Amino acid sequence: MRMAQDDLATPQTPPDGIATVVQERGLRGSMRTLMTLGLRRVRQGELGPLPVILGLIVIALYFGSQTSWIFLNARNMSNLVLQIAAIGSVATGIVLVLLLGEIDLSVGSIAGLTSAVLGVLVVYHNWPWWLAIIATLAVGAAIGAFQGAWFGLFGVPAFVVTLAGFLAWQGVQLRVLGPNGTVNVFEPHIDNIAATYLPTIWGWALGVGVAVTYTAANLIKQIRRRRAGLSSQPLAVLLVWTTIIAAISLGAVGYLNSYTGVPTAGVVMLGLVLFFVWVTTSTKFGRYVYAVGGNIEAARRAGINVTAIRIWVFTLSGMLAAVGGLIFTSRLTAASTQTGGGTFLLEAIAAAVIGGTSLFGGRGSVWAALLGALVIGSVSNGLDLMSQPPEIKYMVEGGILLVAVTVDAISRRGRAAAGR
Amino acid sequence: MLELRGISKHFGAVQALTEVDFEVYPGEVVALVGDNGAGKSTLVKCVAGTHAPDDGKIVFEGREVKIASPSDATHLGIETVYQDLALCDNLDVVQNMFLGRERVQRLIPLAVEPLSEIEMEKQALDVLKSLRVTTIDSVRTKVVSLSGGQRQSVAISKAVMWNSKVVLLDEPTAALGVAQTEQVLALIAQLREQGLGVVVISHNLAEVLDVADRIVVLRLGRRAATFERGEATPDDVVAAITGARMLKIGGNR
Repeated sequence: MRMAQDDLATPQTPPDGIATVVQERGLRGSMRTLMTLGLRRVRQGELGPLPVILGLIVIALYFGSQTSWIFLNARNMSNLVLQIAAIGSVATGIVLVLLLGEIDLSVGSIAGLTSAVLGVLVVYHNWPWWLAIIATLAVGAAIGAFQGAWFGLFGVPAFVVTLAGFLAWQGVQLRVLGPNGTVNVFEPHIDNIAATYLPTIWGWALGVGVAVTYTAANLIKQIRRRRAGLSSQPLAVLLVWTTIIAAISLGAVGYLNSYTGVPTAGVVMLGLVLFFVWVTTSTKFGRYVYAVGGNIEAARRAGINVTAIRIWVFTLSGMLAAVGGLIFTSRLTAASTQTGGGTFLLEAIAAAVIGGTSLFGGRGSVWAALLGALVIGSVSNGLDLMSQPPEIKYMVEGGILLVAVTVDAISRRGRAAAGR
Repeated sequence: MLELRGISKHFGAVQALTEVDFEVYPGEVVALVGDNGAGKSTLVKCVAGTHAPDDGKIVFEGREVKIASPSDATHLGIETVYQDLALCDNLDVVQNMFLGRERVQRLIPLAVEPLSEIEMEKQALDVLKSLRVTTIDSVRTKVVSLSGGQRQSVAISKAVMWNSKVVLLDEPTAALGVAQTEQVLALIAQLREQGLGVVVISHNLAEVLDVADRIVVLRLGRRAATFERGEATPDDVVAAITGARMLKIGGNR
């Protein structure tokens, strides 16, 4: 009903008036435009990262208040970053897979297996650290490519292929580790990933770099849009966003620097997240991932090689799982039969979903990996600080996952109710 | 511009098309009507490259062509908009219009090639403007939040923005309300203005009589009748579709 009225009303706009949201002038006007657009998005079920950010604030305040604010102190935050580095990296790959509308259940086992490969290569075969790392990442990528090809070429559901992988790679992991079960990896370069921190000055450089790059990129984009005669963000909005981003990046760096600095593993994770944010939003490949997840038939008719996209995405997922395995090895200074097992797989998937990636494909952002990992990591860390037993942890994480998926499902219904 | 001569096609024992002639000229809207199973969709699919005809010739711009795949059709400048539109709901208007043919900046060729969003957005705006599609507020709106008429407009604009010469529209107004149908008919008229050949498959006679320069009636896989604009009454067309009377068998142009 609503749509029909809209359509009757719109032909009155002048022929030239297409495609520019009517923008009101001045600061108040631009704020009002922003509010209108924001409200429209919320009503249409395009919530973006809003729920998870609100959730994070609630979680931080709750655990802060329950632990006489130990949870929020710089030392614990530094720990938190270290704790989520592996999960955040692996969840980045999961986000890519979810954007396709698929699932990868093998990432935990791949992380475990690649950790074993790394340990064995360095300790038993005396490979140089850098070559071993390259080989480890290649193994992860190859496993991902194999699974992606099996799914893409034979049409076996990814769920089944990666479930098979979940079991099989665990077996390979045990075989690689051999009868001893655990390989202690005392290789300084590898151990340093999770044991070192950026020097204060480099930490600041990173924070300033992120803020400046964001501002410059956005400013250039808006100037070019204005020059091309396209609608551009009002300056006030640009200013607000720049301030927020600068406050977050500089605030985080300053806070971590007040303890021992930004953890190296955290930088690795952040670098991966930023890189894949760029890939998904600014390259053809990223666009095709969204297209395949949104409407596979449309993607195919547009000439997109759907099989190739699928294989690539699973390859990346495998490689990012290997990064997780690398960070694990570094943190534990060992590769063991337990690495990558337990709840790790489900936590990585939960992180991607809690961060706001839709399970139904085509919706979400790589930022979800970071935000979701923060939620999962905070809950786990906070409950540990409160000396809660693991059973409570599982129940709470399960509850949060359920809430996150419910938000996704309800916002889907919101979109449907808005007439589409 | 596009001419089909003696096209036949059968599926197993079913003869879907029997020696059908069909033609569309630049700046002309031809309506293809007929009952269910009359062979309209099969004919369109033969031109679009989804089906290969068993027999007959396809002549495009004066020379005989083979259309073996949808990409052959696209290369010739023949675009088809199917009923399901094939748009990605989760992408915006510009992203859909350029899907599969994105513009990139070659910062480092083959390695770093970010999308040229500004260029694409500008071009999309130009196309929509030239087609007088005025109902879309912002080309950065996701398709999920567009109405049926707006989606159809996007799908058609997408089809014609690549130097196409002939556009085939499969039931473009079937799922639309009155106001939205008006939009789409106006858009079809605009395509004619721009000199494209437009083929419209439709069930709606009033609409066909309103927009088409010529009406071709298929019945049981054969061309049953042809009406020039203004020369047919709805009753005549219905009669030809149902076979109550045979009028002017074959083409007359």
